[in-house]
Amino acid sequence: MGGQQRVFRRKIRSVQSTKKITKAMEMISSSRIIKAQRQLEEAAPYTRALFQAISAAASHAAGVEKHPLTAEARLEKRAIFLVVTADRGLAGAYSINAIREAEGLTRYLVDERGFEDVIPYVVGRKGLSFYKFRDREIGESWTGSSDQPSLSDAKEIAKALLERFLLPTEEGGADEIHIVYTHFVTMVTQEVRVRRILPVEVIEEEVDVSEGRIGDPDNQAGDDRPYMPLYDFEPSANAVLDELLPRYVESAVYTALLLSAASEHAARRRACKSATDNAEELIRTYVRLANQARQAEITQEISEIVGGADALSSATAGS
Amino acid sequence: MAELTVSVVSLEHPEWDGPASQIVVKTLEGEMGVLPGHEPVLATLAEGPIRIDPVDGDPMYFAVHGGFFSLDENRAIILADVAETAEEINVARAQEAKSNAEKADDEDLEAIAAMRRAETRLRVVELAD
Repeated sequence: MGGQQRVFRRKIRSVQSTKKITKAMEMISSSRIIKAQRQLEEAAPYTRALFQAISAAASHAAGVEKHPLTAEARLEKRAIFLVVTADRGLAGAYSINAIREAEGLTRYLVDERGFEDVIPYVVGRKGLSFYKFRDREIGESWTGSSDQPSLSDAKEIAKALLERFLLPTEEGGADEIHIVYTHFVTMVTQEVRVRRILPVEVIEEEVDVSEGRIGDPDNQAGDDRPYMPLYDFEPSANAVLDELLPRYVESAVYTALLLSAASEHAARRRACKSATDNAEELIRTYVRLANQARQAEITQEISEIVGGADALSSATAGS
Repeated sequence: MAELTVSVVSLEHPEWDGPASQIVVKTLEGEMGVLPGHEPVLATLAEGPIRIDPVDGDPMYFAVHGGFFSLDENRAIILADVAETAEEINVARAQEAKSNAEKADDEDLEAIAAMRRAETRLRVVELAD
């Protein structure tokens, strides 16, 4: 086998093993999307009911505007946001899209809203390395579970965010919390979204946040009613709100993590699918080139033999 | 006869759904029995068992470790942080947790919470039998 041929065979082998990896990742991601979607569906009734309860408590509790978690009239000095990125690459522009949106949010909060300080809280190694590389201050970071978020991860994150929020501004507390996550629309469409989670915007539309499911025909609670019933609160409206809001943050974080995980897998599946397709294309090209090289070698050998035989016979004829 | 439509949901998964004739929940201010036609309520649940009497079938018990109870026009929703049925509870583990917690120091808040959880679990198993 000639040198040329050997080079092509080696390239084909290496592309084939890359293809095996990308193909496997494509299939793993496909199955994990389904898992994340199922978790989302299971959390949906809770999220929906929670929003109803918050709306009810907030619209009927006297002096709700004064509740620390809903009050709008805080100093606008320091904001924090949670940005959800991937732990690993091979997911196309997934992480960088979220980071870009987060940078846009930072600029908006600083330039338009006059915040002095905007601190990122980061989920995922990709986001962490982005901020570390630029030597930016980060609040806290969580890595290692971006592809399979669990409820306890969400609880831990929610706790950290809420603690920062409940500190007075003078002691480094935050006045607003935002989440930057990637919304999973369909298998082929995901979009980065920004949502302010605290202070809660206490309006009936708040219920809409639970991803459009509220308008479903199977929604038996009847949200289209023009009025809210007069609730009896136990022990009191403010106490109920105190208990509700941390859970609201938890469920908002959990939903954002799950949506982002589904989006991450969809992005990875797409990236790996096109990598697999490209690998197939490359293999085809190399096989053709290898065949060409083999054919060229054979042709050359034949012409050498014919030339040699010719020379021999003319030498014998001449003597 | 009017009936209650009850859902028990937790963040991880919906636990139970169905019509019921009566439910008993434990709020921070004590146990509260709810029959169809009760006025709208939004209450904070305490650690403890809840009882649901389905329209057909035997009473059911859930161990609820904190959460909310909301009722509006006979639609009751129990938003539990964690909800377990008697079948889901590991009795041996709950007993072990209880005895461990008993040994711990009185000041240890975590041990007290663990003890309460274990007691709720054991109570639910007992009630369900």
